[in-house]
Formats: sequence, C-alpha cells, structure tokens
Amino acid sequence: MQELDTAGLGSVRVTRKSDTVVILEKDLATEQMVLAMGPQHPSTHGVLKLECLTDGEVITQAEPYLGYLHRCFEKCCENVDYPAVVPYTDRLDYLAGMNSEFAYAITVEKLLDIEIPRRVEFIRVIVAELNRIASHLVAIGTYGIDLGAFTPFLFCFRDREIILGLLEWASGARMLYNYIWVGGLAYDVPADFLKRVKEFVNYFRPKAVELSELLTENEIFVKRTFGIGIMPADVAINYGWSGPMLRGSGVKWDLRRNDPYSIYPELDFKVPVPDGKHSVIGDCLSRHLVRAWEMDESLKIIEQCIDKMPSAEGFNSRSAIPKRIRPKAGEVYGRAENPRGELGFYIESDGKSTKPVRCKARSSCFVNLSAMKDLSKGQLIPDLVAIIGSIDIVLGEVDR
Amino acid sequence: MSTMVISQFSIPFLMGNSLNAWSDALAGFYLFGLPLGLVIIAAIPLVFIALYSLTYGVYGERKISAFMQDRLGPMEVGKWGILQTIADILKLLQKEDIVPASADKFLFVVGPGILFVGSFLAFAVLPFSPAFIGASLNVGLFFAIGIVAIEVVGILAAGWGSNNKWSLYGAVRSVAQIVSYEIPAAIALLCGAMMAGTLDMQKINILQSGSYGFAHFFLFHSPIAWLPFLIYFIASLAEVNRAPFDIPEAESELVAGYFTEYSGMKFAVIFLAEYGSMFMVSAIISIVFLGGWNSPLPNIGSVALNDWTNGPVWGAFWIITKGFFFIFVQMWLRWTLPRLRVDQLMYLCWKVLTPFAFISFVLTAVWEIYRP
Repeated sequence: MQELDTAGLGSVRVTRKSDTVVILEKDLATEQMVLAMGPQHPSTHGVLKLECLTDGEVITQAEPYLGYLHRCFEKCCENVDYPAVVPYTDRLDYLAGMNSEFAYAITVEKLLDIEIPRRVEFIRVIVAELNRIASHLVAIGTYGIDLGAFTPFLFCFRDREIILGLLEWASGARMLYNYIWVGGLAYDVPADFLKRVKEFVNYFRPKAVELSELLTENEIFVKRTFGIGIMPADVAINYGWSGPMLRGSGVKWDLRRNDPYSIYPELDFKVPVPDGKHSVIGDCLSRHLVRAWEMDESLKIIEQCIDKMPSAEGFNSRSAIPKRIRPKAGEVYGRAENPRGELGFYIESDGKSTKPVRCKARSSCFVNLSAMKDLSKGQLIPDLVAIIGSIDIVLGEVDR
Repeated sequence: MSTMVISQFSIPFLMGNSLNAWSDALAGFYLFGLPLGLVIIAAIPLVFIALYSLTYGVYGERKISAFMQDRLGPMEVGKWGILQTIADILKLLQKEDIVPASADKFLFVVGPGILFVGSFLAFAVLPFSPAFIGASLNVGLFFAIGIVAIEVVGILAAGWGSNNKWSLYGAVRSVAQIVSYEIPAAIALLCGAMMAGTLDMQKINILQSGSYGFAHFFLFHSPIAWLPFLIYFIASLAEVNRAPFDIPEAESELVAGYFTEYSGMKFAVIFLAEYGSMFMVSAIISIVFLGGWNSPLPNIGSVALNDWTNGPVWGAFWIITKGFFFIFVQMWLRWTLPRLRVDQLMYLCWKVLTPFAFISFVLTAVWEIYRP
C-alpha cells in the first residue's frame, strides 16, 4: 500500500495487485477550476481579464491580465507637439477628461514656468470638479449595478447627463473635451454658464441625498460591502494607492491639499476619510462612502469658485498660451488629484524639440488595480465583483 | 340524454354559477370521440401565460422599470411602444437556433422545455374562477408546492448542458436556492392549509368567501397569519429567482447564469417560464392568503358590493388582479434592491425564514385548536 500525491487533487491511497493499481481510498479534496472572468464580462468595467482559480465559489487566486485596450499613449506623445498631447490625455481616463487635461497642463506649465490668468484657474477648477462629480456618479452607479441594483445607476446617469451637457456647452464635446490647454483654455465659458452651474449645484444636492437613501443606506448594499475587501492603510501606501482608494483606508491624502496646485489652497473644502462608524476602515463600503462624500465637497468647491470668479472683462482665455512650446532641457513630474487618484505626468525635454522626448503617465487605476491579487484571495465570486467595482477602474487609464 | 347533449355543446358562459361549471362542461366536451375540451382546458393557461407575459410581463416590466428610473421605456414600436414585445418575439423567432459545439445537445435542448413544463404544470391546479379550474385535485396545494421542484431539473439540465462555467455556477446556485427555499415556502403554505383544513384550492377559496369581503381572507384569519404570508412572499421571490434573490442569473456576476448560452426561441421559452412562475407564485399567495377569486369589497348595508362583484367572471378578474399586484411588487423590489450574496441568501433561508416558518406553523396550529 502506498500513497500517491496527485498534484492538486488530494492524496490517493493505492495498492498494487499484479501490475494493476487499485485505488483504495481517495480523500475528498476537490478539484480547482480556472475561471476566466473577462475580458467579455459585464462587471469587469471594460476589457479587464481576471484569471481566477476557484474552489467552488471561493477564489483562491485571481490574476489580472491587462493590455486589451493599450493604445501606445506614451509613444504617441513622443511624436506630437506638446499641445497636441492634450486630446490624448482625454482618452486616458475617459470618464474624467477634464481632470486628465488639467494634470497635463499644470505639468507642462511647471516645465515652462509660465503664469496663468486667474480666471483660467477658476474655470479649470470648476470644470474639473464638475467632471469629478460626473466621474463619481458613474463609479457609484456602476457599483450599484455590480451589486444588482439597477435603478441608482440610471439616476446617476440622469444627473451626469446634465454635467456632460454643461461641459459640452463649454468645450463642444461630451467626454473628450480638449478644453484645458497648456497655458489657458480653448474658450472662455459661455455667458450664463456659471448661472447654470449654480442651478445644477442646487438641483444636485437633494438628488445626492436621494441617491444615498436609495443605495448607500440600503441594508442589502451595506451587507454586501461592509467588511469586504479590507485594505489596511500601510499595505495601501506600500502599493502606492491614491485617491478615494487610499482615503478609504483612512489615510488623509489628497493632492489638492498635500501638494496643492492651481487655486486649491484658497478654497475651503474637507478631505473626507471614513471614521469607522459606518464602515470598517479600508473596506468596499468605505471607498464608496468616500466617493459619495467627495461629491459634496466638489459642490462646495464649485460654489466657492463661482463666488470668487474674476470678471470676464478683457479676458482672453488664450492670452497666456505660448505660440510655440519648446521647453528648456530638463524633466518634470506634475501630478493632480483625479477622481480615481493621483494622475502624474513625467515629461522630459531635450531643449531642442517641440515634442516631448519622454512622456510617462502615472496612472492611478493601474496602481490601484495592482492590489487585486491581495484583495481577492479567499473571497467569494460576488465579493470579487464588489471589490473590482470599489476599485473603480477605467481600463482606458489602466492600459493607456 | 337530452341534457347530456346540451351540456356537451353549450357555451360555458351560459352555465350556472355552480362550482367548476365551466371546467366540468369543457371536460365533458368531445368532438368525434376526441377529448377536445381537455385540450382547451390545458390551452387556456397556456394562452394566458403567453398573453400575460407579452403584455404585463415583458412590456409591463419594461414600462414599470422605466417609470421607476425616470425613463420612458419602449416608445417606438406602436403607440407608447405597445407592439414592442411582438417585435421582440418576431426577432427571437428569426434568430438562429444556436447549440454550442461543446454543449451536451440533449440536455441543452431539453432544459428549457422541462423548465417551462415545471412552471406550466402548476397552472393546472390554479382556480382561475369559481367556475374554472384545470384539475380539481383534492391535494391541489400540495401539487403546486411539489411541481415547482421540476424546474430545478430543467435549470440543472440547462446549466450543465451548456458546458459553460458561468452556466454551471448559475445552475448549482439555483438548485441550492430553490431546494432550500422550498422548505420555508411549503411550511408557510401549510399554515394556510391548516387554517383552511384542506388542500383543495377551490375549497380554500370558498372558505374565504363572505359578505365582509377582505375580512374573511386568511391573512386576517389569525393574529399571526401575516407571518406565513410574509415568509411565503419572500421565499417565493427566491423560488422564481427574482431580485433580490436573483443570484442564479446574477448578470453582474455570472453573465446570465444558467441561460448564458441560450438564444432565440429557447431563450424566449426560459423567459416565458420565468414569467409563468412569477404569476404562479403570485396566484398561490393570493389564493392561500388573500381569498383568490373572492372580491375584497365588503357589503355595506344595502350597498352589496361583495355580492355585486362576485361570480365566475368577476372571480377571474379578482385572481388575475391580485396576481398582477404581486407581480408588480416583485418588479418594484427588483428595480429597487441590490442583490444578496449566496451565503447571505442561505443564511436568510436557514437561520431566519425556516425557524420563523416553524414558529408560525406552531402558533397557527395552537390558534386553530384553541381559538375563541
């Protein structure tokens, strides 16, 4: 009698009877199944592929496979002039184009060391915060879908549509704006734009409460997210998390406060972090709550910007835009707080060319997703869906 | 002899108000020695399922969900999109009937059929009216509880036969769910049977008749009758895989669960079975707890609302209205609530619903014995 160890199948005790192996007993270890989740799956938020090793409903290992949406952003940047990179940045995080443009613009401005008109800064902040709300609405809405609640998703999209309408009015495009240019803006905002934005702010406040009553305070929603996918603060920092993900783990880190840019130091807003009363710090619910609270803060920022906005008299949104961008030789790293975390651009200039020698994007989604393997270990399939949803990835930015 | 001839060929509407008059007349209707009447009896629920799932099921759900979500819903095909479902059916009919190459062909084809038969068979014992019931069994309620289990076989066949991992997950989840939830559901229905003292669907209805209308319904029969009512409603949601218990077809987790691989008319049949089951559980809950075909309106002095609104045709109206009301509640829940997780679903079944079902069972028994 001997014991054979069959890889992964548990041990089998066998005996030999004249050259034939007779299986005496087989223990009850079950086979693990490889489950390819994605790239065609409704809740991987695009073309993410997760190769899961599952034991029944329990996931023993999940490996993300990326690259299905790779569009050679960095190589493209090396072949176009500095201002021509802006449309490409829209296509990184296509749910928050304004924020990506903003990050790129401040990076190149840092490299060029130019002064921007104050009204431009205010308009930039308004459109970026509007876009942050729109982006968080998508995140919250699709998170609802991931957990089976369809209606909040459409409520979110109804409100997001108003924001997209406003941004389209300002820039001419719904999602891929090409509005924030290096040194200025494509256009000044239309007359009455600020009035409409204020109307939206007043309209959206009660809607946000309604959304929270429908989704966030729902017993089943809380049950599905409370204590799921907990990420301790130290591990989150080690992974390089940023944005609502890091704040969800209880770290008060917001680039608008910690590495201020534009006019954010003048504005009064809080950096919301979970207090542990409503959720376990670092779980899916915390991350969701941070997003919901951030929308409130963005509304505050927008209101302040509208109040403090310098007059449009004699204002030319393109007055500070350089005729030709040819920075001195050197390198720069600029970063901004995107809805999904820190979006950074590392740009290297050789001093001769009007094209960047190197333009690397530090994507928050990519970094946040890298913790997937840790987070998914030992979770159930529905929890895996909840975790992916709470990371709130945009594959356009992950793959670039 | 002459009366026999008349009963064989008379129009059911002209028959009296006596119990099961229509269905008895139909059952005795032979044409050229063939039991055509029995075929018609079987066809009536079939036509009903088809019509209701076309109009109320698919179109109604789309419109109801649209109004809940600040949308318009289908508006293009016909006035207010009324013909949308017909256009959908035509589309489904034209679709290629795909059987995946690696699927178990027999199971794959037979699965939706079993599923549909399972939900359709229960219609045999649903009293659509005082004058009409498909099969007047004296164990009708028992039959209705038991026959739902056949759906499990269909789901398992569909999920296993698809040879798709997501389908398999959906099938296994579904079987676990339906088998578990049958226990609280059956115990809750037994409370109703205890109050009635019979399993005969028509007799359960008759016992809830009376001039005070809704006051005679079993929901108000004892102080704890609301508990089995609630338990059965929750369990029935799980039995027909509706939200928040739609984990077997959780579209965000399992793509579409056990019917991921289905397309064309097979998909339509699965859909039809789902809507059939939805009406079936809604009708059962209204029969056992809300008086079935009895009018809920009371007689107020000389205004005999109850007498005016009772009768064979009114009966059909009331039971279908009550059924539709519960389907509306199901849709309402579906478009409001997120989905439970698998283990939470089982927790709810075994640790909450089943104990409470037993409690309500014992309390109902005590009430029935010692009631004042």
